[in-house]
This record gives sequence, structure tokens and C-alpha cells, in this order.
Amino acid sequence: MSRKKALLQYSVTRLALIPIMLWLISSMVFVLLRIAPGDPVDAILGNRANAIARETLRAKLGLDQPLLNQYLNFINGLSHGDLGEALVNQEPVSEIISKALPASIELGVCSLIIAIALGLLVGFSGLAKAEGKIDLLARIYGISTYAMPPFWAAILVQLLFSVALGWLPVGGRFPPGLIQPEGSGFLLLDSICTGNLPALQGTIRHLILPASTLGVLLSGIFSRSLRINLGRMLEADHIEAARSRGINESRVVLYHALPNALLPVLTIAGITIASLIGGALLIEVTFSWPGIALRLQEAINQRDYPVVQGIVVVVASLVVLLSVVVDLLVASIDPRIRY
Amino acid sequence: MAFCGILILIFYFSAALITHFLFELGIFPEASLSLDNPIYAHPSFAHWCGTDRLGRDVCMRTLQGSGVALRVVFFAVTLALIVGVPLGMLSGYFGGLLDRMLVLIMDTLYTIPVLLLSVVMAFLLGRGILNAAVALCVVYIPQYFRVVRNQTTQIKSELYIEAAKSMGASPIWITRKYLFRNVISSIPVLITMNAADAVLVLGGLGFLGLGLPETVPEWGSDLNMALAAVPTGIWWTALYPGFAMFGLVLGLSFLGEGLESWVSSANKDI
Repeated sequence: MSRKKALLQYSVTRLALIPIMLWLISSMVFVLLRIAPGDPVDAILGNRANAIARETLRAKLGLDQPLLNQYLNFINGLSHGDLGEALVNQEPVSEIISKALPASIELGVCSLIIAIALGLLVGFSGLAKAEGKIDLLARIYGISTYAMPPFWAAILVQLLFSVALGWLPVGGRFPPGLIQPEGSGFLLLDSICTGNLPALQGTIRHLILPASTLGVLLSGIFSRSLRINLGRMLEADHIEAARSRGINESRVVLYHALPNALLPVLTIAGITIASLIGGALLIEVTFSWPGIALRLQEAINQRDYPVVQGIVVVVASLVVLLSVVVDLLVASIDPRIRY
Repeated sequence: MAFCGILILIFYFSAALITHFLFELGIFPEASLSLDNPIYAHPSFAHWCGTDRLGRDVCMRTLQGSGVALRVVFFAVTLALIVGVPLGMLSGYFGGLLDRMLVLIMDTLYTIPVLLLSVVMAFLLGRGILNAAVALCVVYIPQYFRVVRNQTTQIKSELYIEAAKSMGASPIWITRKYLFRNVISSIPVLITMNAADAVLVLGGLGFLGLGLPETVPEWGSDLNMALAAVPTGIWWTALYPGFAMFGLVLGLSFLGEGLESWVSSANKDI
């Protein structure tokens, strides 16, 4: 079979598996919420609510129906993009999510860019003299960024840059006095499109601290994987051959070793997305960034089951989709991968 | 590097043990009691790391937190081991439909972000030391399952297993005598890495208001309380608990890193 055909077949099977995995995830969330000890009605109303209030809420949540009906309703709604309504203010969950998602994506993309740039820089600098001082420092940098609790790092950054130095705002996404530009919800894009310079400035000022905190924390994974893969690659036979042909070292690294070492890094980037979301969850809460994680925390505190369920299903599905995209990307770049 | 890690861990274990005994003996004040302390007092001789919003001594709470964190993480990793390793061996050894279903379920669990999954579990289970441990262990079961299952399927086809089978050894005998010992070598690295991660996730849960009961001194919930005081420039409530958490994770990561390079160099020699 030709390579193109094989790639196509692989892509189709991976894409066909997506609905199955999404179905599994949502079913798992559904089952978890049902088998967990404790009654959601109790959790929302407290133990001392009267019977009528409990029955009303139970009917409203659909908990009075048989489990199979509940499940079918849930899956049916889900396939139509209906995630239910928030208990607190009857707002559709899908609307809550679509309002909060752009903020999270904006933060995530910016920090991923910072993480990759910084990670590559640190990973390379360690290579200059393997097992030397800089290399050791780069290794320690990698482990420390991983070991740093994200919310603690965020608090320290706030204390230093916002409170002590007063350079940047402590939290939030947009300066309170200005009017937010209308549009996609991505404030950076919106303010550039509308040519609103003060809005752009305010957005960037708010974005700097959260994005760079998350970016620095994630960069360790990139720097380490790049360092390990480049180190391994530089011992390979084809590099030895290139060197013995008299090609200078920087060219060997840039053109012969780096492309091969970047592939595993791309795979790692795919895996990192999952931890990016974990870190982003905590960073958003610390910086009161009005994204999906802040909504999730609110929903947890308000014991708003449909919102928690909806956010978890949507975020987990996004992770699955992204990981498939990364896998396909790696497969299409790397001719060695067999399926 | 592993040596560094062991030193840090010994420090944490002894800190946890010593403070536990001093509290039991009544030499240290109870960490949650605070009635006559000033609130948000600067670090001073009386309160080495200052006091928090309720006047509780930050130093005492941070010290007590080490014992709590170690305990929860120990429970969580042990539970994950007890469930994940046998499941992985069963699934890898017998294969078939059971194997395929387990792999699909574990893979799906594995794709859900760690913190998100444990947030859901902790949200459902409510607060408590054991509940937090269960919420954490669910996250790590798929990791043990994957490693053990893949190794089991590899080793299963080795000749000596075949030989043992042909001599009439029962599956239980084979798993106990041959599989277990081969599979177990890759586990210690995973344990230390997971323990490091678990400390962070436990802190994250506490920070989000989940996990342990409010009466238990825990670093994450202390940091959540400290967050409210950040705009006023109160740094001591945030610095110490976070630093304690950072140190513990660093120690465990160093140990894991050291173990890993030791295992890989040992494999190279063979």
C-alpha cells in the first residue's frame, strides 16, 4: 500500500474513534455523577429542606425518572449540543461555556507560545556543553518548573509585579473603566480588528502575568524533552557521518539533528495540552481570569451539577480532539511511523 | 540527584514525625486554635512565619501540613498500586475481550486531564482524608495499568513462561513467580513521579476548596486563604505553605529522576 493511502486509512480510523471516545467520556461523567455517594438534591438544598422542595428539584433535574431514561435524555441532549441549564440562574450550560471558552483559549495559546519559545531556548543552551554547568542548570530549571505549584507561582508573581512593584494588574482580563470591544470574544483579536488601541493595551497588560506564569511553568517539559532527544540524536550514526564529511557543528545541529528531535517534542506538546488545562485551571482561579476554569470553580462552590457536568464533558472532549490532531500531524510529518 | 531527593524526603518525614509528637505532647499549640493571636501578624520571634486571617500560626500549620500531605499521598499511591498492578497483569496475561475493554476504559480515563478528573472525583466524594486519597488514586490507576499491562504482554511470550506453562504451572503460579518479579522493576520510578504529582494535585484540590476537611491544616487551602490577602501585600501566609509544597515535590522528583537514570543505566549494562 502506498504511503498516502496508509496515512489516509490511519486518519480515517483515528477520526472514526473520536465519537466513541467522546461517548465513553460523557457516559463516564454521567455514571460517576449517579453512582457517587450522596444525593445531588441534598447537596444543593441541604439536609433540612422540606419534601416538596426536594421533589420539585428532583423533577426539575430529571432525577425522578428511571436511570435509563435519564441517560438517554442526557445523550440525546448532548448530541444536539444541549448540555442542560444551570441550577442557579437557568442559563443554558452551552451558553455559559461558549462565553467563557474564548478567554481560556486566548490564555492557553499565549502561554503555549511562551512555553515553546522558552523551552527551545533553554533546551538548546544546555546542549552547548553537554554535562557542563549550563546543562545542569537547565536540567534543574526543568524539574523546578514542574515542581512549582502553579497557584503558588502565580501568587508570588502577583506579590512581586503587582503589589510590590505595581507594574501590572493583579487579576482580571480587562481594565474595569473601558468598554470591551464586541466580536469573537477573543479580546486581543477584537481590539486589533476594531482598531481600539486603549483596549488592546489594557488586554495585553492583563494578559502578561497569567500567560507568562503558565508559559514558564510549562516550558520545563519542552526544554527537557528537547534536550534529551537532541542529545540522543547527536549520537546517531547519520550525525556522525555528517560530521565526518566536515559539515560544521551548527549546521549539523540545525539541519540534521533538530528536525528529528522536534518530532517527539511535538508529541509531548500534544500530551502537555492536558496538563496545560490542569495548570490553566489553577492559574485562572488565581488571577480571576474569567475563563472556563473560573466558571468551573464557581459551579463547584454553588454545587451546580449540570454546569460541572457540562464543563467537564466539553473540556475532556476538547483534549481528546487535540490529541488526535497532534497524532495525525506527527504521522503526516514522520515517514517512519507505521500504522 | 537521587541523594539530594532522599535528603529532602528524610527532612520532610522527620519534620512530620517530630511535629506530630510535639503536638501530642502539648509542647506545640494546636494548629487550628488561634483565639488569642493577633491576625495577619508579621513574622516575629513569637510567630516565626507570622499569622493568617484567623490568627493561626503559619509556621505551625505548614509543619502540620507536611504530615497530612505525606499521609494522603501515601494512601493514594498505595491504592492505585493495589488496583492498577493486578488489573494490568490480568489484562495483559489473559488478553481477549476483557483486555480490550479495560484498555479502552483506562485510555479514556488517561486522556482526561489529571486535575479535572480528580476535581470531579473530589466534588462527588466530598471532603475527607480517605476521600481525597481515592480521588487522587483514580487518576494514577491507568498509569500503573498501562505500564504493567504492556510489560506483561511482552514477557508473556518469552520462552520460560512457555516452559512453565508446558510443565503445568497454573496462571496464579506464573503471575506470582515469573510475571510479578519482572514487571515490578519499572514501578518504583512511577511511584515517586506519581507521588510528586499527587502532592501538586492535592494542593490544587485544596486550593479549589475540595479535598480535605476545613479543620485539617493543608497547604493548598491555606494558599487559597492567602490569595485573598495578596492585594494588601501580605506575603507570609502565601510564601511558607507554598514553599513547603515546592520542596516536597522537588525532593520526590529528584528521587524519581535519580532512580530513572539508575534503572536505565542498569538496563544498558545488561
